[in-house]
Amino acid sequence: MLLSTLHPAAVLLGMALLATLTRGVLRQIALLVGTGAAVWVVLHLAPGAHAAVPFPLAPLRLLHVDALSVVFALIFSLSTALNMLYALHRDATGELVASLVYASAALGVVFAGDWLTLFTCWEVMAIASVWIIWCGGTARARAAGMRYVLVHMVGGACLLCGILLHLAQQGSVGLHALTSGTAPASAAFWLILLGVGINAAIPPLHAWLPDAYPEASVTGSVFLSVFTTKTAVYVLIRLFPGAEVLVWAGTIMTLYGVLYAILADDARRLLSYHIVSQVGYMVTGVGLGTDLALNGATAHAFCHILYKALLFMAVGAVIQATGQRTLYDGGGGRRHLPLVCGAYLVAACSISGVPGFNGFISKSMIVSAALEAHRPVPEILLTLASVGTFFSVGLKLPMLLFFGPDRGGSVRPVPPNMGLAMLVSAGLCIGLGLFPHWLYDYLPFRAPYHPYTAEHLVSTLQLLLGTGLGFWCCYDGLRHAPRGLLDTDWFYRQLIARLFAALVVGARQAGVHIETCGLSALRLLRQAVHHPMVVLRPFGRWPWSAGASVPPAARPWPEVVYDADRLRRPVGVTIFWILLFFVLVALYGLT
Amino acid sequence: MRRGWLSGLVFVVSMGLDVLFPRQEHVVFWWHRVPAFAVLYGWLGCLALLSGAQWLRRTWLERDVDDDGEESACC
Repeated sequence: MLLSTLHPAAVLLGMALLATLTRGVLRQIALLVGTGAAVWVVLHLAPGAHAAVPFPLAPLRLLHVDALSVVFALIFSLSTALNMLYALHRDATGELVASLVYASAALGVVFAGDWLTLFTCWEVMAIASVWIIWCGGTARARAAGMRYVLVHMVGGACLLCGILLHLAQQGSVGLHALTSGTAPASAAFWLILLGVGINAAIPPLHAWLPDAYPEASVTGSVFLSVFTTKTAVYVLIRLFPGAEVLVWAGTIMTLYGVLYAILADDARRLLSYHIVSQVGYMVTGVGLGTDLALNGATAHAFCHILYKALLFMAVGAVIQATGQRTLYDGGGGRRHLPLVCGAYLVAACSISGVPGFNGFISKSMIVSAALEAHRPVPEILLTLASVGTFFSVGLKLPMLLFFGPDRGGSVRPVPPNMGLAMLVSAGLCIGLGLFPHWLYDYLPFRAPYHPYTAEHLVSTLQLLLGTGLGFWCCYDGLRHAPRGLLDTDWFYRQLIARLFAALVVGARQAGVHIETCGLSALRLLRQAVHHPMVVLRPFGRWPWSAGASVPPAARPWPEVVYDADRLRRPVGVTIFWILLFFVLVALYGLT
Repeated sequence: MRRGWLSGLVFVVSMGLDVLFPRQEHVVFWWHRVPAFAVLYGWLGCLALLSGAQWLRRTWLERDVDDDGEESACC
């Protein structure tokens, strides 16, 4: 009974605490056992289980288990275990703790049964993820992390405002779909959608993702690729199923990410843009809102987490072994790192939707849902995005990184735990691709789907073949010198630069001006206290300060700012005034 | 030249297969009835995406990068 209501996030938080207290082999064993235990706890959660803690406004429903939350929790916990295995060789306590807190906060969002719990876990995710980015340790990581914080602060503020407005209007703290009513979308609807949309990296609110993810450490990037966007997809499925705006937002996302991925030179930035593209499929599925589409979005999130983490693992292993980040630094990965190359190709086949790999069984579900919903434009554009995905991740990146000319350089061995994590992930990608019912049995809605029909297989293979031929024809045109690419982050980078100039530099200049004026005033005051006559000298020439009104350059004698013998009144004058005072007092007394 | 021949061969074979074994299910939009549409769409889509991306890069998106990798427009 206790196990069926044990929150998996609590297990991961316990592991985070343990990671701070232990070192070496003991910590490695604890992390592996702990993250594996989180998967076990998720699998043993009772459907419909719930747990709440008292709170002044309303009880906080920390655990609310249903079919949708179990699928996301399962892949989050499974991915945490695999990523932890990948990062096991590292001795970076801060990053390990941040990763575990990040994963547990994502599980907190998935099992949240009320708005306050959801928002709290949402913000903990933002804090933990920026911590992971800063653990990259470079100046670029620090700058990207700062931009990440700013964007997510805006997103969090929008979400909080939307939640408060919604609570004021509805009064219910429980989570429910905001698209279920017939009333027009309220301000709360749009604010919550904006807040969630930022985390889902919907353009033009997406630039934080390709800006920050490549700057984290090799192991940090793998963790980052899993949680933030997919948690947003979960919340979109929960709150916005059938929102028409998401159909078009998602379709644009798929092509936007693909276009930038075609141009990207940094391997991890290319993969980051493909997160935008692949999340676009899920967002489109949420917007379509049918049972098949929502199952497709859920299944694609599940498969995407596996193959995207594997892509980041493989590219990270190349960076770890060779130090090369960009695609144009060399291409001998196939010879030096055959295991990594094989793992990458499995993930590339998965993301490209090659039959037999897990991307095929999930992506095709969303495209088929668009077909069944008689949505021609999304269907044809999602198919076009598949072409671009195979082009950039399935062909361009491996051709340049693994199969291109070997330019030499030392290659360090890849730690065995990294290789094992890639092997297990690759096995899961293939296993799910060959046995889709492993995943389909967990999907939350009743919508039968069979990916392996003859027509579907033939059309998919034809599409991939055509793309391969197209790539073969234009491969030579891909070789261009690495240059930076403008993205929508340019706008807020400019805005921040100008705000910095206006507020920080302006305030600093104002401060300097005030300080100068204050010092001048103090100097004047000092002179006044010293002798008022020196201050009053500008009003004219005083008989006892000969030459004070004459310009200093024209004075034939040396300037004396203050001379007590000349400027101080004689003692006799003071005695005169005192005597006069006493005479007046005496006269007053006599009269 | 070899690329063109091979592309043409694949296209013709695909079209022949589609004519011999026409699609029966999931025929919703007109392009589902076009023989070898998927091959052609993949090939043209590939070229269109690459051309579009390169045009965007040259026209709007490209900017210089400093020696240390920092973008010149960075805050």
